[in-house]
Amino acid sequence: MLEKNVTLSLRGCVQGALMCIPVFPGIIVFGAVFGTVAAQKGLSFLEALLMNSIVFAGASQFVAMEIYSDPLDRPTLIAMVGITAAINMRMLLIGASLRPWLGQVPGYKTYPALFFLTDLNWLLTLSQYEKGTRDWGIYLGSGLIVWAVWSLSVIPGYFAGSLISDPKTFGLDLVLPAFFAALLVPLWKGKRQTVSWLIAGGVAWATWVLFGGYWSIFTGAVAGAFAGAYLDD
Amino acid sequence: MTEGAFTADTMVLFAILGMATVTYALRAGGYWVMGRVTVTPKIRRGLEALPGAIIVSTILPIILQGGLVVGLCIIVAAAVQLRLKKEYVAVFAAAAVAAALRAGGFQ
Repeated sequence: MLEKNVTLSLRGCVQGALMCIPVFPGIIVFGAVFGTVAAQKGLSFLEALLMNSIVFAGASQFVAMEIYSDPLDRPTLIAMVGITAAINMRMLLIGASLRPWLGQVPGYKTYPALFFLTDLNWLLTLSQYEKGTRDWGIYLGSGLIVWAVWSLSVIPGYFAGSLISDPKTFGLDLVLPAFFAALLVPLWKGKRQTVSWLIAGGVAWATWVLFGGYWSIFTGAVAGAFAGAYLDD
Repeated sequence: MTEGAFTADTMVLFAILGMATVTYALRAGGYWVMGRVTVTPKIRRGLEALPGAIIVSTILPIILQGGLVVGLCIIVAAAVQLRLKKEYVAVFAAAAVAAALRAGGFQ
């Protein structure tokens, strides 16, 4: 089941990068908000820049900053790392689902490239795969551009405060969820998806009501995958 | 801020490194494991079901937390995508609907 004809081209990278343009406003605003939060919490500019570009996982950075206190002691440090792991647990599943697509590409290329894995470029990559694309430049190009935009957006946020005082006024807080919803549409094929999505949604909802936080993404996704695995057409 | 813009505290650097390390381990870990597992038809179907399940599980709590405006915004995005098959238009329409509703005093 490994895909044999996977290629990598500059054209694919550019195409992947261009596909991210509609979400740039969302990324820039949230990167800037992170810069502002980091400044308010007392991180130096260098620290904010480093966290933003080498952790590169928005939601977990925000929650880690909630926990952060200056000066940073050891228990708080451990809590920051632990919460980051919990929030990013879904990356395990996202990475796993790329295996059939990228398994043929040598590891010295894929493992560095996996640093740039986000929900966004993962989803773009899979939706292109469904359409028959076998050029993994889609993945790499979209990952690199999102990383670059996210990394740079922290700068104005840190020094100037948020560019837009309330992103909600312009609906910018909903750009990413809306993009995900749009990309979900073509993934629907029939009964199998209906059932597995209902189960995923039900479990995610129950987890969210019971525990709150980010665990619902993980439990819902695992439940949906199991449902998909055990449903015969 | 008591420190300079280009200084970094050792503890903070450790925190950043720790966060980056666990995140990369998760990014690469699932991919790595799937390379060491024999992919049976059942596992393949499970992997195929993952993307949709992840998206549903990601969006649903956002809707539950966000209420009417967020719910309508997501519905608009999906409806526009269904009709026009253009992600750009779907995202723009969804954000515009949310902005308009909020300007009208909805939450």
